[in-house]
Amino acid sequence: MIQVQNLSKSYNGIAVLKIDSLEIPKGQSFGLVGNNGAGKTTFFSLLLDLIQPSTGNIINNDVQVNVSENWKPFTSSFLDESFLIGYLTPEEYFYFIGDLRNQNKADVDALLVKHDEFFNGEILKNKKYLRDLSKGNQKKVGIIATLIGNPEVVILDEPFANLDPTTVSRLKKIIRELAGNPDVTVLVSSHDLQHTVEVCDRIVVLNKGEIVKDIQTSPETLQELETFFAV
Amino acid sequence: MIRKFLYLEWKAFIRSASFGTNLALKILLGFVSILYAFILLMAGIGAFYGLKKMNLDPLQQVNKFLIYYFLIDLGIRLLLQKIPVMNIRPLLALPFKRPTIVNFSIGKTLLSFFNFLHVFFFLPFTIILLIEGYDVVSVIFWHLAMMSLVYSNNFLNIILTNKDNVFAIFIAIVLVLGGFQYYHYFDITTYTSVFFDGLFNTKWMFLFPVLALAGLYSYTFNYLKNNLYLDAGLSTKHEIAKTENLTWLNQFGTLGTFLKNDIKLIKRNKRSRTTVVMSLLFLFYGLIFFRENSHQPEVMRIFAGIFVSGGFLFTFGQFVPSWDSSYYPLMMTQNISYKGYLSSKWWLVVIATFISTILASFYLFYGWQVYLTIVVGAIYNIGVNSHLVLLGGAFTKTPIDLAMSKGAFGDKKAFNTNTMLLSLPKLLLPVLLYWAGSSIMNPNLGLVFVAIAGVLGFALRDKVFTLIEKIYRTEKYKTIDAYKQKS
Repeated sequence: MIQVQNLSKSYNGIAVLKIDSLEIPKGQSFGLVGNNGAGKTTFFSLLLDLIQPSTGNIINNDVQVNVSENWKPFTSSFLDESFLIGYLTPEEYFYFIGDLRNQNKADVDALLVKHDEFFNGEILKNKKYLRDLSKGNQKKVGIIATLIGNPEVVILDEPFANLDPTTVSRLKKIIRELAGNPDVTVLVSSHDLQHTVEVCDRIVVLNKGEIVKDIQTSPETLQELETFFAV
Repeated sequence: MIRKFLYLEWKAFIRSASFGTNLALKILLGFVSILYAFILLMAGIGAFYGLKKMNLDPLQQVNKFLIYYFLIDLGIRLLLQKIPVMNIRPLLALPFKRPTIVNFSIGKTLLSFFNFLHVFFFLPFTIILLIEGYDVVSVIFWHLAMMSLVYSNNFLNIILTNKDNVFAIFIAIVLVLGGFQYYHYFDITTYTSVFFDGLFNTKWMFLFPVLALAGLYSYTFNYLKNNLYLDAGLSTKHEIAKTENLTWLNQFGTLGTFLKNDIKLIKRNKRSRTTVVMSLLFLFYGLIFFRENSHQPEVMRIFAGIFVSGGFLFTFGQFVPSWDSSYYPLMMTQNISYKGYLSSKWWLVVIATFISTILASFYLFYGWQVYLTIVVGAIYNIGVNSHLVLLGGAFTKTPIDLAMSKGAFGDKKAFNTNTMLLSLPKLLLPVLLYWAGSSIMNPNLGLVFVAIAGVLGFALRDKVFTLIEKIYRTEKYKTIDAYKQKS
């Protein structure tokens, strides 16, 4: 589904990301872990054409992302709060995204009902604009919005951060369900090794911009990662 | 302590993403300021002898019109002078005393050119009064009173900016007073000149404005200090939100989706709401030029014609895509084509221009020629300026932080000096065309020229859009990067 070739990004001659080759097959749930500054967000930003690569390219479902915009219809993402429109209510935001993804109101409503538990009664019909919601609740809105319109690629940057423990476990359920769908490729980045191991089939460790580990998840994976990061 | 603040201010200025634009605007602004300072300086020197020649007592005449001087000054300040904007949140938990933070914010406004400007008028005028043998003590007290009033206006501006629609009410008052005076119904100056003369004649009366200034200072100080909490002036007021579906716009497809969003954007943020109020004020701009005994040169008529229908274009259109700056990455990753995004903004501007033109039909009262000028201006706005604002938008990388602009310390002035400076180039070409037509034959040919330019622009719409789209695409990464910086 996603092919990366000779990808690098450098600022003022200092490389912050360098991936020679990476292939993410369709349907995989892909976890990206690493310390701060490892290049996780940089990789996702490149994948979404928010920044330009210094060399190489990323091909998302046969579309080279920095050349054509045709990856947009099947890719959805939530990186940070700049993906939210502050002056809309959550409902309006969902319908707006729905409109853009050719979903009618009924489709969106059905999705919202399905994730009612995840919202925990704090999102819908609360008479608040998105800008007035807490960070955690904003994140819930952003994450559910990525599910609108049956995307084939879902990209979530640090989805577990800022969420309360109950919501984290509900989110893991949602991601596992997504990962179970053979048509959906999920990309998740996180600092939290345990959560990532629980929801991903494959884990790639980035360190200072380079891939240092690439493992298929097994019962020993968590131990292996913890040993790697314990210095 | 103050040095630390100055250091922060300086860094904020030179490290801002829009540093280049800011600097250019500041330099241009410098020239404009010098021009105005010069005009006032000439007025300050000339007023005395000019009035003397007309056998009037200069001081009394000046005192008579001071009420309008200060009212107009306050009006201009409400419109243009920015109130202190500082990135205060990170300072709260640091060892800065709250009064220091507030005083620095206030101090920043005191140094504003809007205060400084008046020295150019009052200082020479005062010196001449002294030279001409007016009582020294009285003159100095009078001067002190004037300066106090200037600074009182500075504080009034800070206090009033936080109230909704003060500007519109204010303009209405000045217009009514001025109108009454013009038609001799009621002359407010007969009452106020007693006060202003008193400032000179009665030795202790200068204490009134000085005390007023002190009072306003302490009010502003307390007001800002009490608002220096995360849940007060620094917070965003939590409004009761109502979900609106605006389903009637669904029939326009993608365009409707964006229009829905833009309507909500305008309705729910103070800064964008004010733009609409401002564009209504633009409607009346033509009254200055189209009066029968107007002293403005003929070519300026087209200038006015363009302004009347272009209010929304200048106040809102010029800041596309900055209005969407806080969620620009979303727009760039959603299933949206640049073309769809741009054309929805274009339509918004066109619809607003169209409505303005209809509303401006009251100019028919001044004759067909005048309304024709406005219609031609609208054609030019739709055909050429609407594209120019979108084109300019690709390079205006100043983010607009909608959420932050609500507290007591936020910047919420929709129309500022930047808007004005950005507007001027858009008026140059039509004025030239009109002038060419008028010189070759008559104003009608000038109108024809301007209209042709507009129609041509409209006809080439698709080509222009492709070009603009290309520019947006190349500027995309820089824009995303610039919008990441808040304020």
